[in-house]
Amino acid sequence: MNNLIILPIIIPFIIGAVLIIFPKHHRLQRVVSGFTAVGMLLLSIYLAIVVYQNGIIVLEAGNWSAPFGIVLVADMFATLMILLTSLLSAACLFFAFKTITPQREKFYFYPFYFFLLVGVNGAFLTGDIFNLFVFFEVMLLSSYALIVNGGTKYQLRESFKYVIINVFASALFVVAVAWLYSVTGTLNMAHISERIAELEQTGVVNVIAIMFFIVFASKGALFPLYFWLPKSYFGPPAAIAALFGGLLTKVGIYAIIRVFTLVFYHEPSYTHKAVIVTIAGFTMLFGVLGAVSQFDFKRILSYHIISQVGYMVMGLGIFTPLAVAGAIYYIVHHMIVKTALFLFAGAAERVTGTTDLKKMGGLLKTHPVLSWLFFISAISLAGIPPFSGFFSKFPIILAGFQEEQYIISGVALLVGLLTLFSMMKIFSYAFWGKQKHTNEQAKLPIGKLLLPIAPLVALTIILGIAAEPIFQYSLQVAEQIMDPSIYIESVLKE
Amino acid sequence: MKQMRPNDMMLQVSMRLITLIIFAFSFYLFLAGHNNPGGGFIGGLMTASAILVLYLAFDMKTIKKAIPFNFTTMIGVGLLFAVFTGVASMLFGFPFLKHFFDYFQFPIFGEVELTTALPFDLGVYLVVVGAALTIILAIAEDDK
Amino acid sequence: MEVLMSIVIGIIFTVSVYLFLSRSIIRVILGTLLLSHGVHLLLITMSELQRGAPPLLNLDADAYTDPLPQALVLTAIVIAFGVTSFLLVMAYRTYKEHKTDDLEELRGSADE
Repeated sequence: MNNLIILPIIIPFIIGAVLIIFPKHHRLQRVVSGFTAVGMLLLSIYLAIVVYQNGIIVLEAGNWSAPFGIVLVADMFATLMILLTSLLSAACLFFAFKTITPQREKFYFYPFYFFLLVGVNGAFLTGDIFNLFVFFEVMLLSSYALIVNGGTKYQLRESFKYVIINVFASALFVVAVAWLYSVTGTLNMAHISERIAELEQTGVVNVIAIMFFIVFASKGALFPLYFWLPKSYFGPPAAIAALFGGLLTKVGIYAIIRVFTLVFYHEPSYTHKAVIVTIAGFTMLFGVLGAVSQFDFKRILSYHIISQVGYMVMGLGIFTPLAVAGAIYYIVHHMIVKTALFLFAGAAERVTGTTDLKKMGGLLKTHPVLSWLFFISAISLAGIPPFSGFFSKFPIILAGFQEEQYIISGVALLVGLLTLFSMMKIFSYAFWGKQKHTNEQAKLPIGKLLLPIAPLVALTIILGIAAEPIFQYSLQVAEQIMDPSIYIESVLKE
Repeated sequence: MKQMRPNDMMLQVSMRLITLIIFAFSFYLFLAGHNNPGGGFIGGLMTASAILVLYLAFDMKTIKKAIPFNFTTMIGVGLLFAVFTGVASMLFGFPFLKHFFDYFQFPIFGEVELTTALPFDLGVYLVVVGAALTIILAIAEDDK
Repeated sequence: MEVLMSIVIGIIFTVSVYLFLSRSIIRVILGTLLLSHGVHLLLITMSELQRGAPPLLNLDADAYTDPLPQALVLTAIVIAFGVTSFLLVMAYRTYKEHKTDDLEELRGSADE
């Protein structure tokens, strides 16, 4: 029964390994990976239901009991993230079938795609801090391979910076783990949490906490460590950029939320309300200002990743159940909408051959379905009711006012406004106006490209209309992760 | 102009012997790994270095004939070995990666401890050999 | 001994950061390599440099060592090995495509 929770890790692992053996059979690779993606989606839905009904599932790998061996822990937050991961990866994979060139497929695109999922799902599930590092590295190594996939000049140049910043952050991760180990003498996160509670979180523990924050912030693209993101996400093909934009930074955010609710939660007045909230404010502001200053479809979206990551971290920083629930809801909303928007950028690029807004225009006339689906996602991203963006920003900002964090709440409102501005900029330049692409380009059939995106757009509408039950679910998730004793008891079984 | 071939007979003859020793030692390291220093990773690296030395002494074509594996396939097979060791214990209802061992009597070796860590390590070994050689050959073959 | 190790680690970090800031790709990669060595030494030093028998049930010894940091370092070394080899291949490809290994020339222009 407990072995169920290892499946999201080993299924993509096995499939990835099998696909390495048959690199030349493109059709086979597509069929196998398509079925796996759908299977993973069904599995993760089942897993989420089981965990929702029966509580946290713990798997002790190799039957070594809790503080000694490596544990995998599936709580509601982790299963929610796995569900989203499977959803996005399936959508991007089906988009990739239609868009990716055989040269790129030949560079082991599908195996690395699945190894990326191994790393991401592992990072969500693991209950061991060093194991978290290992899964991060699995994820990052696959992402390095995917981001240079194709090997164009631009990709090689910008990916080098992406790789170097991540290598440096990983080195800091090991340093932080070493310090934590020398202070607590354990690596199991539940056990660390217990030990830190005995130690009282002062002095050196705070230093370690901030060190972890720096590490995860550089993976999650927080201020001032976000500079690598916009350029490196511009290079790879749309399917990969969409997967990265929807998924990768959120793994860093997940790790921040996990560590700062489970382990370092004793000094919220310093770590959460001072450091994290301040960083969140700067992240939102600089991200959105970057987006406003850009004139490129993909770059605007990349900068918006940064500003929206700020909202999630702000929810954590305010640190009330309402705010954390808002942050979780925001993660759900953001992952779905951001992936959809990146895929729309890919579809629009397919038609016009560029992502430069000044060279685009008139898509509304030639491709109305694409345009209106984009419009829905764009205003959802900006936070217009009745879509999911509004209902996920609302609790965060409300909690900000309740906690008398007026400055950050004001910044959040301003950033929402600027988001709307830059989304409308895309809409008015690329979709309205004179048609700038040729008539042959206008006749390109892109209906099949929209098929994988349409479910994501439908979901953002559903998330908005059915906000009440979904928000209740987020609130339950938030209450579960804000009470570390539930996690500790189910891992250590005391 | 006719290309000068360096006289590498000494190298080739001595390498045949030396690689044999390296292979044997890497295999020893691979088996020793359970309770002593060694294991799949270090054994694999050593095997890869032995094969590389062969590449240095002879040319690409000869070695391809002598070692007819595709090293990328080797990575996949190794990964499958490693993961199925873990999955095998799941099939019997134990947690993932549960480890078993027992002592067996063999005619020549006497009592030998066999563990399920061995196939796992074999997987690691294959992955390391495959990955190291794939990476080095990718650069070597490119330079023409 | 731990103090000596700390000084060594400090020197390694200094050198690696210096290499990180240089303009040649290969020097930056050497910097990552040295950084990973420094980090691994730090990891092994952080749990005190103990001497003693491995903590196995049938061994009787005065002192035991903690095997965990060694396992962690081994894992970290393997990962660093993978990352470094990837970086070298990538640096090679970058050099082939751009015909330069100077990061100043690989900056890219602001408007693309």
